[in-house]
Amino acid sequence: MVTREQVVHVARLAKLSLNPQEVDRFAAQLGKILDYVEKLRELDGVETDELTHVAIVDTPLRADVPRPSLPREEVLSLAPRADRETILVPPVLEGGGEG
Amino acid sequence: MTAAESRPALWPIPRLDQALEQGEITAIDLVNDCITRIDEWNETLNAFLFVDRQGALQSARESLDRRRAGRSLGPLDGIPFALKDNIVARGMPATCGSRILENFISPYDATLTARLKAAGAILLGKLNLDEFAMGSSNEHSAFGPARNPHDFARVPGGSSGGSCIAVASGMAPLAFGSETGGSVRLPASFCGVVGMKPSYGRISRSGLVAFGSSLDQIGPVARTVSGIALALRAVAGLDPDDATSHPAPVPDYFAALASTLPRMRVGVVKEFLGEGVDEHVRRTMEHALRTMESFGCELQEVSLPHAEYGVSAYYVVASAEASSNLARFDGVRYGYRAKDVATLEELYTKSRSEGFGDEVKRRIMIGTFALSAGYYDTYYGRAMRARGLIARDFADAFAKVDVLASPVSPTPAFRLGDRIDDPLAMYLTDAMTIPANLAGVPAISVPCPVAEGELPVGLHLQAPFLQEERLLRVAAAFEDAAGAAPFPKALAHAGETR
Repeated sequence: MVTREQVVHVARLAKLSLNPQEVDRFAAQLGKILDYVEKLRELDGVETDELTHVAIVDTPLRADVPRPSLPREEVLSLAPRADRETILVPPVLEGGGEG
Repeated sequence: MTAAESRPALWPIPRLDQALEQGEITAIDLVNDCITRIDEWNETLNAFLFVDRQGALQSARESLDRRRAGRSLGPLDGIPFALKDNIVARGMPATCGSRILENFISPYDATLTARLKAAGAILLGKLNLDEFAMGSSNEHSAFGPARNPHDFARVPGGSSGGSCIAVASGMAPLAFGSETGGSVRLPASFCGVVGMKPSYGRISRSGLVAFGSSLDQIGPVARTVSGIALALRAVAGLDPDDATSHPAPVPDYFAALASTLPRMRVGVVKEFLGEGVDEHVRRTMEHALRTMESFGCELQEVSLPHAEYGVSAYYVVASAEASSNLARFDGVRYGYRAKDVATLEELYTKSRSEGFGDEVKRRIMIGTFALSAGYYDTYYGRAMRARGLIARDFADAFAKVDVLASPVSPTPAFRLGDRIDDPLAMYLTDAMTIPANLAGVPAISVPCPVAEGELPVGLHLQAPFLQEERLLRVAAAFEDAAGAAPFPKALAHAGETR
C-alpha cells in the first residue's frame, strides 16, 4: 500500500509536481508494483552476498592527458537560455533579480 | 523473386559486403533501397524519428569511392545502419523518445557511433523507443507508438522497438538498441530478427543516455547472426571514455562462425517453460529444442531457482539508478525548460513534470521511494541480495552446461493497448530476459521457424560472461538448421496490392 501522502512526499523529493488525479493514479500503481516487490522478503535468511555491480574488479584509471572539450558556443547553444558565456536561470535566492 | 532477394537491405551483411566489393550493387543503391522502404512504411510503422537522407547519400558516395579504389575500410564499409534515439550522433537529435529532449542536437558522437563511422558504415538516422528506454512495447514514446511489421495492431516490443522494426522491414540492414532488462531481445523476438545483449561492459556506453548504469548495455540487431558477429567485432572493446567497458581482448566473432561447432551441452531452463507460457510459444520452443538436437546439442534440464525474483529486484535496482541518472534533466543546461517560472526550484519541478511522460515519472518515483530514508534496506538491500542469488544461479547452471535455452518472452507480440494501463503486467513481460541483465551475461534472441501467418517467436540463448563467441556459434548453427527469418507477410502483401 502506498498512501497519497507518500506519493506527494516522493514526488517532492524527485522534483515532480502532480495534480490530484495523478496522485491517486500513481498511488494505486506504485502500491501494486511495491506489493509485488515485497516478494523479495521471501529471501530473508537465505545466505548470499549483495551484488551491486557485475564484472568490475577495480576502478581502472586512464592516462591524464588533456584533450579539447566541446566548443563553448556549441554547448551554450543547447541551453534554453544563455548569453555568450553563461547559462541563465531564474534567481536562486528569493528576492534576487534575473541572473 | 521474393522480397528478400530483390531488396538488398534484406540481405545478410556478409553478402552485402561481397556485393559491394564486387560492384554487384553500390552503397548508393543500398542507401536508396533503405530510404525507399522508409518512405513506404515509416508512416505506418513509426520506426524512424529522424532520417538523414542527404548525409547518408553523401557517406554512400564516399564509401563507393573507397570500394572502387580498392580502399575499403572493412566489411561494414557502405553498410547503412540506424541508432536507437538514446545513442548520440553528432549533429543529430537524441530525443530518447521524450519531450524533455525534443529539441536536443548532440554535439558529439557516441563511441559506438564513432567506431561504426570509422568502419565506413553509413548512419541513416534515429529510431523510436520507449521514453528513456523504459518500457516493453514502444508505446511509452512521446512521439507515438511504433507498430509490429508482422501485424500492425500489435506492438513491436520495447524498448528498442524502432531498431527491430527497421531491420525486419528492410529499412536498414543493421541497427543498434540498448538493453537494461531485455530491451533488444524482446523486440527482436516480437519482430523476427536477431538481437543480442552482449556481456555487461563489452560495448562502450559513452554516448548512450544512462538509465540503469549497473545494467545498461548496447546491443546489435540484424537479420542474421553473421551480421551481429560482424557488427560486434567492429564496436566491442575497451574505451577510455567508459570506465565500465571491459578490457578483455575482442575475438574475431565472425571468423569463429566458420569453424565446426563441437557438441554443446544446452541447459533448458525449466522455470521458463512452466505455467503462463503461451501455447504457440511452447510448441515453437519444443520444435526449436529438437532442431538444436539435430545439429548435435545435448539437452538437459537446468534450474535458475531465483529467476522468479528477477522482476522484483530489477524494478528496484533499475528504478533506483534511473531516479539518480535522470536527475540531470532539470531544464538548466539543455533540453526542455518550462515557461513562466519565478524560482530555480520551480524551474526544475515544472520542467521535469512537463517534460517527462508517465512511465518515466513512475520509475523515478519507485526509485526515489526505494532509496528514501527508512526504506533502503527494505528494497535496495534486498534487491542486491536477490541479484547475488541470481548471479549464483547462472554460475551453477554454467558449471553443468555450455549455454542456456528458453523462450525470450512467455507470449508473442501483444496488441497495442493491452498492457499500457497495467504497469505490473507490462513489467512481467521481461521476466525471462531480466536475469541476464542482473548477472551481466551475454544473451541473444534468434528467430524460430513458424508457420506462415503465425507471429514470430525468438529462441533465447544465454552464455557465460564474455563468452559471446560461443553464444554466436550456437546461434548461427541454430539459424542454419532453422532457416533465416521470413520477411513480414503484412508488408509483402500490402506491397503487392499497391
